[in-house]
Amino acid sequence: MVPELRRVKRVKRDTFDTFTLMLEGGGVFLPGQFNMLYAFGVGEVPISLSGDPAETGLLHHTIRDVGAVTRALTRLKRGSQVGVRGPFGSAWPIEACRGKDVVLMAGGIGLAPLRPAIYSLLKERDRYGEIVLLYGARTRQDLLYVEEFERWRGKFGVQVRVTVDSAGRGWKGNVGVVTTLLPRVRFEPAHALTMICGPEVMMRFSILELKSLGMEDSNIYVTLERNMKCAVGFCGHCQFGPAFICKDGPVFSFERVRSIFGVREL
Amino acid sequence: MKTLEPILAEHPFFKNLDKRHLELVVGCAANVRFDAGRFVFREGEPADQFYLIRQGKVAIEISPPQGEPIIMQTLSEGEILGWSWLVPPYHWQFDAQAVELTRAITLDGKCLREKCQEDHGLGYELLSRLVPIIGKSMEAARLQLLDVYGDRAPRS
Repeated sequence: MVPELRRVKRVKRDTFDTFTLMLEGGGVFLPGQFNMLYAFGVGEVPISLSGDPAETGLLHHTIRDVGAVTRALTRLKRGSQVGVRGPFGSAWPIEACRGKDVVLMAGGIGLAPLRPAIYSLLKERDRYGEIVLLYGARTRQDLLYVEEFERWRGKFGVQVRVTVDSAGRGWKGNVGVVTTLLPRVRFEPAHALTMICGPEVMMRFSILELKSLGMEDSNIYVTLERNMKCAVGFCGHCQFGPAFICKDGPVFSFERVRSIFGVREL
Repeated sequence: MKTLEPILAEHPFFKNLDKRHLELVVGCAANVRFDAGRFVFREGEPADQFYLIRQGKVAIEISPPQGEPIIMQTLSEGEILGWSWLVPPYHWQFDAQAVELTRAITLDGKCLREKCQEDHGLGYELLSRLVPIIGKSMEAARLQLLDVYGDRAPRS
């Protein structure tokens, strides 16, 4: 429960309001897990690990500047210290993807918690069928990790499709909600596993579309976010029905949370 | 002469349409091509066609007063472009511009409206295929309006 001190090795600006903090020291984690990052004198926030789980030596956290703590984290420079607790939470079901097509659906900063899963899948590319990444963002300026898309496409045959909610004429890609990309990719819904990470409303509509294509609830995985505080299931801040997001989640099988998913004010 | 009937019969929009109705539709269809940057239609023009996109990409745009055009939706292979031909006063509500070389089948909306008037069965078939597309488009527009991804990026 006591934060470990880590030094910032590098800060990379991803978009106008999002940056990746790379911390020295590395550590073992599973795709989908998160750390609690402590900005001294300001507070602590849960941040997903966004790097390659196989990379030793650096811990990547992609952070969006949306509040007091994340604002303080944006001010950290190389050599600054930050408190780290973790990793916490459940992981994306990489083992269950073996022999299946894998569809990853991300919205906004939701691509960050999915990136470790992508790295893990690509490490053993031959074990999986089609790998599809459908990514929606607000505008082209909000897109994360664009520099990696060509490598994922070219070297690993990943079907990467990107869409934005609106754009100017300079944009030659897709405009529309992320679900409109589903008919434009090849995969077999009956033999696929989907991982979705994004705003809940986006996940809800994505699930409806996937189910209309014939996907089973048990093959759909989502991540959920609530106000996490202790990260070990003691404080109850992130209770979601019978589950604690920090301990039982943040990755859940949709089959498990179906009955409470989308319930207002839960 | 080769007709567009087999292509239309295979298109998801016309799939399982009975042969008699399909023949009526074929009489109103023609191949078209738009080079990148060319407008398929402009806001305010008479909406006397709709399009089945066979290849390429078309952007639906709106121009805010004194602002640059904003792309609200793009449509690609297999999708339907345009339904203002069904709704009086039959004028396009937006601009549509080819983002890349686009090949499509155009259907003469005026001709189809007349045929639907004469054959309500055809009218029902076309509407029952178009309404889900209109519904999806509205659903998508509402989701975009929700701005689910959060804060506004600076315009550039």
